[in-house]
Amino acid sequence: MVGKRNAALLLSGFCLMAGTALGRAEPLGLPPVPTPADNPQSAEKIALGEKLFHDKRFSGDASVGCATCHADDKAFTDGPRKTSRGIGGQFGTRNAPTVVNSAYFSTLFWDGRAASLEDQSQHPMVNPIEMGLASHEPVLKIVREDPAYVEAFQKAFGVAGAGVSLEHVKKAIASYERTLISGDSPFDRWYFKGETFAIGEAAKRGFEVFVGQGRCVSCHVIEQDQALFTDNRFHNIGVGINKIQAEVPRLAAEFLKAKAAGGSVDKSVLSDPKTSDLGRFAVTASFDEIGAFKTSTLRNISVTGPYMHDGSLKTLRDVVKHYNEGGKSPGDPSVNPYLSGGIRPLELSEKQIDDLVAFMETLTSAQYAQADTKEGAAQ
Amino acid sequence: MSKLITRRSVMAAGAAGAIGTIATLPISMVRLAFAGEREDFSFTYISDSHIQQIKGASFVRNWDQGLKRAVAEANLIKPESDFVMFGGDLAQLGKREELDHGAEILSHLTPKLRCVLGEHDYYLDLGEYWGKLYGAHWYSFDHKGVHFVVLNSIIVNDEWTHRRWPTPERRMAEMAGLDNPNGSPFMVGEKQREWLRENLSKVGHDTPIVVFSHSPLQKIYKGWNFWTDDAEEVQALLAPFDSVNVIYGHVHQIQYNQIGNISFNSVMATAWPWPYPQSYAQAESHLPVLTVPMNRGDPFFERDATGWQLIDVHSGRVAAHYQLWDNPARTVAFDPKQGRPVDLAHQDPTQRRPPQSHY
Repeated sequence: MVGKRNAALLLSGFCLMAGTALGRAEPLGLPPVPTPADNPQSAEKIALGEKLFHDKRFSGDASVGCATCHADDKAFTDGPRKTSRGIGGQFGTRNAPTVVNSAYFSTLFWDGRAASLEDQSQHPMVNPIEMGLASHEPVLKIVREDPAYVEAFQKAFGVAGAGVSLEHVKKAIASYERTLISGDSPFDRWYFKGETFAIGEAAKRGFEVFVGQGRCVSCHVIEQDQALFTDNRFHNIGVGINKIQAEVPRLAAEFLKAKAAGGSVDKSVLSDPKTSDLGRFAVTASFDEIGAFKTSTLRNISVTGPYMHDGSLKTLRDVVKHYNEGGKSPGDPSVNPYLSGGIRPLELSEKQIDDLVAFMETLTSAQYAQADTKEGAAQ
Repeated sequence: MSKLITRRSVMAAGAAGAIGTIATLPISMVRLAFAGEREDFSFTYISDSHIQQIKGASFVRNWDQGLKRAVAEANLIKPESDFVMFGGDLAQLGKREELDHGAEILSHLTPKLRCVLGEHDYYLDLGEYWGKLYGAHWYSFDHKGVHFVVLNSIIVNDEWTHRRWPTPERRMAEMAGLDNPNGSPFMVGEKQREWLRENLSKVGHDTPIVVFSHSPLQKIYKGWNFWTDDAEEVQALLAPFDSVNVIYGHVHQIQYNQIGNISFNSVMATAWPWPYPQSYAQAESHLPVLTVPMNRGDPFFERDATGWQLIDVHSGRVAAHYQLWDNPARTVAFDPKQGRPVDLAHQDPTQRRPPQSHY
């Protein structure tokens, strides 16, 4: 399949780390973490990245950092928010995906507009809805002058003063993110280790639905010795796009015209909900990818709601029902004509739906089981 | 993967070929060659939707989705293509309900629509209802200096059509099976060939000709009616012209060929793909019975190996730009150096993708 070929190509440019941080083996159910050849992991870099990730000063009013929308105690999301809240209380158009296991994604952002964690890390800082800086200069000023950063960059990269560049900042953040790996869930212990009682009977039946009638596994991939639960591809599953389908000819033409005139994809997709719903088309201008978004991993899925690129589906049950209807939720006029070929009515019974949800609840790793993302959680 | 197509990108695709290993006529030369005589234009070609009624208002969703997607995407092309051709087999069993349902989907197309008659549209009522929707079974028109001819190439002999089957439904069902030995070879027939002779007699030999048919106007594989029995006689009528292009549906796969002055291009179906005839062998299957289910529900992407195409005749020859869902787009264009159509990306043997040899 195309997805596999791409993954193989991508991996060829990477060396495979022996451990998630340094020397540690990957948790059960996960492959080695791919690491770019020009950004090997080091303890100093990871520590620096962690500090940068949690620093709110890299925003227009020192109120928003990476960890604002990817919070440690919320499994690195901002649940239960539907879409993320940035500088000045503004809301963007997209739900914050978890950083956990993002090291395995071949593209970043819901529409894959960033090719690596390094690339991704620079964009929110200068997006007017997110961190709201006019340029990266204020970031560089802080990391070149703050004594703690001066020392940390010296240790991690052997650079100081003007020698500290945005590239170093990006590399450090990405190195930290590559340590946020989580497997060893009840599912992993049942499936890869043969612990019969690691998951319950409903979840076991749900697994059969997952790989059979539910067709979930076609995109949320499980392999023989590991499971990323994503194909790293983009699919139109009828979320968002169903509602704007009649406007697609106008929206697509207007967007491409603005992009050709030099408009920023990053800014337009986060500021206009309808443009956002065009999905990966905004990046590739490909008909095949109108309304298409990246397949999310399902690891820790029960603690990373609400779901979909716009956070429009509140519960896992809502998600399964959307697929069961062939890519349609209450309020959608009909499925859109650009719908991916894999999406069709599944005819699952209520019991099968319950079982499938029970299965997905076994994909949470112990360290995130208590994530504070449910309705009523502090925001 | 189908890119959004603009006039510029179509030209760029042609020009890109000139840089690569395949020599095509550079766009600038095309313009010089036809300056003042003919404008560049493109048209959209959608084919073989096989809209199928299950019962009442229930239709096969997969076939509906393919046609709807092609129509929606065709409407996104900027600037709008000059017209749309539908290449036949709108319906599966020729029923009014199917033709009406398909016509309703096609009615959302913004450019002007013209249609070719397929055997699945024809053999229930011999094209009567299709004719009410889309008019004559064969006709011609001229557009920006190109002479277009539409033929009904799916006629068979009178005995088979009128006397062999007890009911029209049975006749339709017999013709609907691809490899049914009870079928009969397609032909254009004497009456239409006479019409074609007369029609072409008024056209200058330097006028580019594009012929649309449902079955290939060449003989490929009789067992599946990838075939037109009087193909040579039709080809003889087309022989005097400098540039002749035949575009056909029916085969649900990419084919291209050159016979004398005639270039042949097939188009994709929006419904499902057929295998290549050479891969077909009526041998006994020795596949073991599955006792352990595969770790996946089923072949996933229903749109795989289907699609639609944007076609230009800038050089007086056809360049077919195939929009293949879930797959990279392909272009098959006439190469004036070799005097035949070539695949811009895959013609070079080193650029081909070998077929899957194990399962």
